[in-house]
Amino acid sequence: MRATITLAGMALLSSPAIAETLDIEIGIPRLDVAEYHRPYVAAWIARPDNSVAANLVVWYQQERRGEDEGETWLKDLRQWWRRTGRQLDLPIDGVSGATRAPGTHTISLDTETSGLKDLEPGDYVLNIETVREVGGREMVQIPFSWPAATDTPLSVSGETELGDITLNITQDE
Amino acid sequence: MKHLAVKFLAASTALFAIAGTASAHRAWILPSTFTFSGDEQWVTVDAAISNDLFFPNHHAIDPASILVTAPDGSAVEIQNAMRGEIRSMFDFKMDQQGTYRISTAGGVSYFANWTENGERKRWRGSLEQLQADGIDQKPDVEISQAQRSNESFVTLGAPTTDVFATTGSGLELNPVTHPNDIFAGEAASFKLLLDGAPAQGVEVTIVPGNDRYRDDPAETKVTTDTEGLITFTPDRAGPYWLTASSEGTIDVDGAPMSQRLSYTMTFEALPF
Repeated sequence: MRATITLAGMALLSSPAIAETLDIEIGIPRLDVAEYHRPYVAAWIARPDNSVAANLVVWYQQERRGEDEGETWLKDLRQWWRRTGRQLDLPIDGVSGATRAPGTHTISLDTETSGLKDLEPGDYVLNIETVREVGGREMVQIPFSWPAATDTPLSVSGETELGDITLNITQDE
Repeated sequence: MKHLAVKFLAASTALFAIAGTASAHRAWILPSTFTFSGDEQWVTVDAAISNDLFFPNHHAIDPASILVTAPDGSAVEIQNAMRGEIRSMFDFKMDQQGTYRISTAGGVSYFANWTENGERKRWRGSLEQLQADGIDQKPDVEISQAQRSNESFVTLGAPTTDVFATTGSGLELNPVTHPNDIFAGEAASFKLLLDGAPAQGVEVTIVPGNDRYRDDPAETKVTTDTEGLITFTPDRAGPYWLTASSEGTIDVDGAPMSQRLSYTMTFEALPF
């Protein structure tokens, strides 16, 4: 751990342009319910004061036949909506997407190509919030330091609406 | 114009026996949802005067007395208005992003009481009716004014603040914390104004809804400071009812009379 932090620190001092990759796995559990709708999911990186440093993902019912009724329920991702959603002009390329089926979904973000390029070194919290039509809501958080690489993936498990969530930061050689 | 010839009435029990009849119950405007997303949305609103929050069990509020103001200040048409015996309802469509205000219009009324042929008489109405009916000419008539406002706010998209513009008359609320940005466990702040100036020392009562089977009313009472500010922390999620009142005197058409002002609002505290 010590070595990793030192390396990251040196890398930052000597060459802030060194590429990092942030991999997030979001587990959506398969639920045995009579009426199942794929959940809305939002993932974002927040600063310690809850301000939003980066929007990573928002999966919701996409526009069909010119209707955008899917946006009606975005406010139910209530922390995301409060912290950032209501200020956004959706859809956002690379962030908005259709709802996903149960399973593990991996998001891979490269500092060179994603919105993470401008992320200042510091402490952050990865937030994952989900809400399901006629179902429940759950939110989990993973605190992390940037741009320190993680020795082993950081992980947290949801209890009801989310499965395993992992965060892995690697430095590209 | 004929001046009102009335006997000045200080804060007496007779006045509050009348004014208190309505205020013993709670008037409320309850939107179906307070926070919305999307390009346009319908909201349906219940309005009633009841003892329990927010369960109709006493009187309806006339939907004709309700005004809806859009984020840009324009009036929004109320649709499907229905006045029931103990509750009214109406809908309106939101197609602008921002905060809408739902409020009772005007709200100034006059109360009079006098003795005629040995019988105690009571009257309530507008200033125009008062003069037209010659109420102000009754023997030893005591007249007082009551000014009530009742409102609620809903937001489509990001909250805006243009609808908070105050008139400088009566008891008004100037939100510090946006009413659609209140969360359980987090402090919220409002400023009360009396005729446009900070209303100091006014007691504000805040009651969480769904009180029908709650043994503890769970009322919070806070008093405005020198800046007219109150700060409180809602302890639970859900709709809340906030009310404040103050008493003073006012000169109406050359006649001093006692005045009772009240401000009421419903808002929602969201869970974290």
